[in-house]
Amino acid sequence: MTRLADHPLVQLTLVRVREFTREPEAVFWSLLFPVLITVGLGIAFQSRPPDVLKVATTSATLASSLRLEPGLDVVQLEPVAAARQLAIGGVVLLAEQSADGLVTYRYDDTNPESRTARMLADRAIQRGAGRADPVATTDMLVQEVGSRYVDFLVPGLVGLGVMTNTLWGLSFSIVDSRRRKLTKRLMATPMSRAHYLLSYLVWRLLVLVVEVGVPVAFGAWAFGVPVRGSLSALVVISVVASLSFSAQALLLASRARTIEAASGLVNLMSVPMWILSGVFFSAQRFPDAVQPFIAALPLTALNDALRAHMLQGASLAEVAPQLGVLAAWLVICFALALRLFRWR
Amino acid sequence: MPPALRLANLRKAYGDVIAVNGLNLEVPAGQCFGLLGPNGAGKTTTIEICEGLTTPDSGVVEVLGRTWARDAAALRQRLGIQLQDTQLADKLTVFETVRLFRSFYHHGPAPDDVIALVQLEEKRAARVIELSGGQKQRLALACALVGDPELLFLDEPTTGLDPQARRQLWDLIDTFRKAGKTILLTTHYMDEAERLCDDLAIMDRGQVIARGTPRGLIDATGDGQTATLEDVFVTLTGRHLRDD
Repeated sequence: MTRLADHPLVQLTLVRVREFTREPEAVFWSLLFPVLITVGLGIAFQSRPPDVLKVATTSATLASSLRLEPGLDVVQLEPVAAARQLAIGGVVLLAEQSADGLVTYRYDDTNPESRTARMLADRAIQRGAGRADPVATTDMLVQEVGSRYVDFLVPGLVGLGVMTNTLWGLSFSIVDSRRRKLTKRLMATPMSRAHYLLSYLVWRLLVLVVEVGVPVAFGAWAFGVPVRGSLSALVVISVVASLSFSAQALLLASRARTIEAASGLVNLMSVPMWILSGVFFSAQRFPDAVQPFIAALPLTALNDALRAHMLQGASLAEVAPQLGVLAAWLVICFALALRLFRWR
Repeated sequence: MPPALRLANLRKAYGDVIAVNGLNLEVPAGQCFGLLGPNGAGKTTTIEICEGLTTPDSGVVEVLGRTWARDAAALRQRLGIQLQDTQLADKLTVFETVRLFRSFYHHGPAPDDVIALVQLEEKRAARVIELSGGQKQRLALACALVGDPELLFLDEPTTGLDPQARRQLWDLIDTFRKAGKTILLTTHYMDEAERLCDDLAIMDRGQVIARGTPRGLIDATGDGQTATLEDVFVTLTGRHLRDD
C-alpha cells in the first residue's frame, strides 16, 4: 500500500470524479450552462461600438476630405444613384458641390444620425479646405471595460455556478449513497469517515478549476471581461467559497434518506440566494432594512468578492469581510454536519 | 484461541419492538455457522450488532476476542462483511469497485485475484449496473473478501438468486471455509443451511431457541428419517419459516 493511487482518499475521490464524468447531463449543466447563459445575456446586453455613419457624395474632392473623418463611411456616387441611396436610407447624408464651390448637405434633420453626420461632414470638409481649429481639444472616453452589464454578469454567474453545482451535486451524491445503503456498507469497512467526507471536498475542488476557469476565461475571451485581481487571490476566493458551499451541502444532506427530502432543503437554501444575492442585478436594489441579511448570505459574499476582485482588482485584504462570511458558514455548517451526519 | 463470536444477554429494541431479547450465542473459530429464522426473528439486528454497525441496548459482544468499544479500528481490518441489499455504485466497473474496497485494508489479495476468485474476470471492465443479480452478489462477496478477513459475515447472501447462481455462491463460501476461516451466515433457506453450515442456531422472537448441527437438529425431531430442517423449525415454533 505504498502507491499514492491506492490511498483510500484517492480511490474515494476517483469514485466521485467517475460518478460525475459518467453522468453526461451533470457535466453539461455544471460546465456548459454558465457559458451558454453568458453568451445569451452578453449578446442581449452588449454595448454597441460607436456607429459609423454612411454618407454619400458626388464629388471626388469632397470624398477625399470626408474620408479623413473616421466616424463616416463615405461612398462616391453619380448624382442619380446618390439621390436614390438617400431616399431609401442607404446613406444618412448626401454632400454635393456646385461649380461655384458651394457645398450642399441633403439630409433629414429629424434623424439624429443625419444631424450628427452633417456636423462631422462639415468639419471634415472645412478642415480639408484648410480651416484650422483655434482651440486645441482632446477626447477622453468614459465607456470603460468593467462597467458594462456583461462585466457585472460574469462574476455573478460564476458565483451562482459554484453554489448551485456544489449544493446539488454534493447533496445528491451523499443522499443517493445513503439510500442505496452504500454508505452503511462503507462504514462496515475500515474506511475513515474523514476520508469519506474529504473525498467530496476534494472532488468539488477539482471540478472548481473548470467551474470557475471556464466562465471566467470565456468572459475574458468573448467579451473582454477583465480579471484585474491576482490569480492567487482568485484561487483563494474560489477555494474558500467551494469549501463553504460544500459544508452547507453536507449539512443539508446530513440526515435526508431520500432525494426528494434533500432537494427540498437545497431549494430552501438556494432559491432565496438566486434572487437576493445579486446574480443578475445588484442586491443594492432591495430595501435598506434587509441589506444586512443579504450581506450575510454566502452567495452575496462570493459575488461581491468576485466582482471586487475581477472588476476592481481588489486584493485578499480588501475582500476579507466577504471571505469572513464564507468562512463562518463553512465552520458552522461543517461542525453541525459532523454532529448530525447519518452514516447508515 | 478465543471463540470467533461471543454474545451474552444481548438486547436491542427499536421503540416498542424488541428485536433481540436476551440472546446468548458462542461461535467457535473455523466454522461455517448458520443463523436461521423467519423474517423479523432478529437475525439482521444480531449480525449488525456483531458487525459493529448497530449498538446494542445491553449485553456483551466479543468478536475475535475483542470489543467494538475498544478495538473498532483493528477489528474492522479483520472482518469481511456483506450486508443485505447494498447497492454498489452503478457507474463504477467491477475492478474499480474492488480496488476501492481494497484501498481500505492494510493487507489482502490483489483486486484481480479476488475478481478471479469470484469468477468475474469476464466482467472486470463492466459497470455494476450491467451485472445480473448473481454477479452483483459475487461482487459483493469480492468486496467482503478483499481484506483477507478471518471472519466473514454474510447476511442472506443468496436471497433472490436463481438456483444456478445460488450454487455458484455456495461453492465460493465452501472454498473460503476450507481455507480455515470462520463464517457467520444468516438465511431462511433450509437447504442452504444443510448444505453449508457445520453448526446452526435457530432464532425466533429475538432469542436462540435451538442450537446444534443440521443433522443433530433433524435427528432430535420427529422420526429422524425424512425430517428436514424445515420440520425442525415447524416443530420448534409451530410456524413455517417462510410465508410463501
